[in-house]
Amino acid sequence: MPAAPKSFQSLILTLHNYWSEKGCVILQPHDVEVGAGTLHPATVLRALGPKPWNAAYVQPSRRPGDGRYGENPNRLQHYYQYQVILKPNPANMQDLYLGSLEAIGLDLRTHDIRFVEDDWENPTVGAWGLGWEVWCDGMEVSQYTYFQQVGGLDVNPVAGELTYGLERLAMYVFGVDNVYDLPFNDPDSPLGALTYGDVFLANERQQSEANFHGYDVAVLKQQFEQMEQQVPLMLARSYKNETLVLPAYDMVLKASHLFNLMNARGAIAVAERASYIGRIRDLCRMCAQKWVELQEAA
Amino acid sequence: MPQLLLELFSEEIPARMQGQAAKDLERMAREHLAAAGFLPEALKTFAGPRRLTLVAEGLPLAQADRKEELKGPRVGAPQQAMDGFLRKAGLTQDQLVEQNGVWMAFVEKKGRPTAEIVAEMVEAIVRGFAWPKSMTWGTGKLRWVRPLKRILCVLDREVVPFEIDGIVSGDVTEGHRFMGDAKPFTAKDFDEYVAGLEAHFVVLDVEERKERILEGCKTLCFARHLELVEDIGLLEEVAGLAEWPTPVLGDMDPSFLDLPPEVIRTSMRTHQKYFAVRKPGQAGLAPHFITVANIEAKDGGKVIAAGNAKVLSSRLADARFFWDEDVKTGFEPWLAKLEGVTFHAKLGTMAQRVERIVALAGEIAPLVGADVAKAKEAARLAKADLTSQMVGEFPELQGVMGGYYARHFGLDAEVAAAVQDHYKPQGPSDAVPTAPVSVAVALADKLDTLVGFFAIDEKPTGSKDPYALRRAALGVIRIILDNGLRLPLAKFGKDDLLAFFADRLKVTLKDQGKRHDLVDAVFALGDDDLARIVARVEALDGFLKTDDGKNLLAGYKRASNILKAEEKKGPLPEGQAEEPAADSAAEVGLYQALRLLDRPLKDALAKEDFTGAMAQLAELRGPVDAYLDGVFVNDPEHRDNRLKTLAAVRAAMGQVADFGLVAG
Repeated sequence: MPAAPKSFQSLILTLHNYWSEKGCVILQPHDVEVGAGTLHPATVLRALGPKPWNAAYVQPSRRPGDGRYGENPNRLQHYYQYQVILKPNPANMQDLYLGSLEAIGLDLRTHDIRFVEDDWENPTVGAWGLGWEVWCDGMEVSQYTYFQQVGGLDVNPVAGELTYGLERLAMYVFGVDNVYDLPFNDPDSPLGALTYGDVFLANERQQSEANFHGYDVAVLKQQFEQMEQQVPLMLARSYKNETLVLPAYDMVLKASHLFNLMNARGAIAVAERASYIGRIRDLCRMCAQKWVELQEAA
Repeated sequence: MPQLLLELFSEEIPARMQGQAAKDLERMAREHLAAAGFLPEALKTFAGPRRLTLVAEGLPLAQADRKEELKGPRVGAPQQAMDGFLRKAGLTQDQLVEQNGVWMAFVEKKGRPTAEIVAEMVEAIVRGFAWPKSMTWGTGKLRWVRPLKRILCVLDREVVPFEIDGIVSGDVTEGHRFMGDAKPFTAKDFDEYVAGLEAHFVVLDVEERKERILEGCKTLCFARHLELVEDIGLLEEVAGLAEWPTPVLGDMDPSFLDLPPEVIRTSMRTHQKYFAVRKPGQAGLAPHFITVANIEAKDGGKVIAAGNAKVLSSRLADARFFWDEDVKTGFEPWLAKLEGVTFHAKLGTMAQRVERIVALAGEIAPLVGADVAKAKEAARLAKADLTSQMVGEFPELQGVMGGYYARHFGLDAEVAAAVQDHYKPQGPSDAVPTAPVSVAVALADKLDTLVGFFAIDEKPTGSKDPYALRRAALGVIRIILDNGLRLPLAKFGKDDLLAFFADRLKVTLKDQGKRHDLVDAVFALGDDDLARIVARVEALDGFLKTDDGKNLLAGYKRASNILKAEEKKGPLPEGQAEEPAADSAAEVGLYQALRLLDRPLKDALAKEDFTGAMAQLAELRGPVDAYLDGVFVNDPEHRDNRLKTLAAVRAAMGQVADFGLVAG
């Protein structure tokens, strides 16, 4: 077995290598802001329809409300999720997952690994599944889900989804208490060692201020409504009989991120929240239906 | 006799579902076996993190042969009917016998092999299992709680062959994921199975897992001079999370001990599923915890203890953050936030609910000896902690945190106690508040809930009680009775709510062994004072156990039947009975007895001396018996007066209870 990773980036590379060897397509992050790795079209859309699909990727995830100006040791408004989707889920998916923990240096005869009931759902994309939080010595290191519905539609075949919270996992593996102290690259790098803080602290500070005070609520609201209006128009277009689902879905993601920004600005009253989430879910459902139609026609 | 062993091996089953699953498996198997004519000598099921197991002892290898009688058409029925019967039964006409004008067939039915029946049974169980939530996986259609991986099914040491959605039955299973050789093994009967599991680090029986956990915890505690804070619910849960449960003791940063112990315990319990520990004989917690791992780690658990300690520290750091933020905020901003919290779409916001509770607490306070101003203030503050950060994180600490914060801010001790205790009692084992201010707010809280949901017609039906109204009503009843309070409930609710209280009270009294018909008999008087109702029921119960009581009840029923029969003919005569002629001893006796009874009965009732009132009624027994045995009521000449006398008996007794509703 190759040596256990010693830095944040080598942890990512180790997971890439591991899942690549298992046959996954290794993708790069989607280039629209999302709140979770699941929202990447490689998961939400590919989980739908009959075609097999196996992919792994890192997805930067933005949660504007979670920003703490770089002052909290483990809360970030921008962080990384490592996402694996296996469709249909192979029978040995749990073993594959446990193998990935060994690959990053967790000895399964020393650590206490447990699968604790946790049924995942994401109402904004009308998705839910059954599965677990995976605990390592009492800490949640991954979310493991068998999708049952996405975009309000039943899935068949079923995709298994793994989400690793990379910063938290790395902090545990490397024994670091503050995320900003994580070794980003090899601590013995001839070009100089960098910490997570060296790379991201400024971003956390500036983005936190922008999220909480910087964005103009009226502009955000206007942009949200524009995106909302654009989705059905985009879905009405096609190229060579192919509905423009992917661009339409990008607009749904943008709307969702705009909603998160408005929320962080405190611009959404409790009573309005549900209605906004419902509007995004409707848009997502429209995309999901078109996507399935395309998949089944192909 | 042959043994059946079945194991359904899956990915991790949620801990909370395992107990019911074992029961369901047993019930379904018993039903299927009984339907096939089998009565196993013993049948037992087990549930654990990755498996449901059933063992049945004493099954035959085949069903017994059976003789069946088939009734055919009548002799002389049309040939069509005969043909149809023969086709359906698979017989020919020469196999039929004529009996009493009907064609009969006596068929020998060969018993089927048990293995066949078991195969059908397992398929029916797997496909029909009622998990609270189930799923499909891969490309299959089968539903199970999590992916089903293997089915071990052996009868008399032979594999029962079948296949369910691609899963082929066998005699192989798996043990612990990581400990031992972690390889599948063969089990051909229950002994081999249990031995194999043990060799592969799996404890099959949940009771044994619980014992192992408790023993392990106690050993750890003993070595460190600690005492386990026992928690049955948690024990049940962690026993469902580990196949080889291994308690590990970890250290907690003692600086967190300044947090309320409820916060530490809740954080340990809900987030981390840890047991708390304390110094023997001390109330507070000790700075350690016990986690139950699923593995005997190579290093003896050092890494596990350290890792868990770190997680706990960050959880408690969060809790401290919430505390610090909360004490910076305080009650008034929380109260303002309640305006944005919906209690129920038809019942307004939490802020509006608070206003109602304040008004109710103000009304109740004088009735329970509480200071009105304090009761209203406590009611105003009682719900504020719902918008605090700590309760946002730990909803089960509602009230408790309000109490801590009230004391932190130096509020009046009675007010703080009322804020803390106003949700009580939350269940049959929970304590009832006794301090007057707490009692006033606790009653106001529950009455507002009840009155509100009854007003919008959200009453509990059958097993559905989404707003826990039964618990609220029971809480009111216990607070009133345990504190000996006198509270006219009719002041607070309409008839349907009073009837609901009557029902709940019946359940309470029934649990104490009181007859529900007596409760009905007393409730019929329209009294809304629970303490008085209970006193009446108790006196009535005692009275009806005496000879006088039983006989008087019989007399009452006879008198009342006569009155009812006469009432059908027309209105009963009204007014007082006149003194009967002196020569009719039975009539004079009852007339006098009624006259003598009137005053003392009214006095006893006014003093709420129900036992005394019953004793007065007992005086009627002899005269009533003599009257009913010796007097012809419908004598045309005396009918009016005699009916008036019987009505007077009914009215006198009716002051104590409606004896017409008493059974017997």
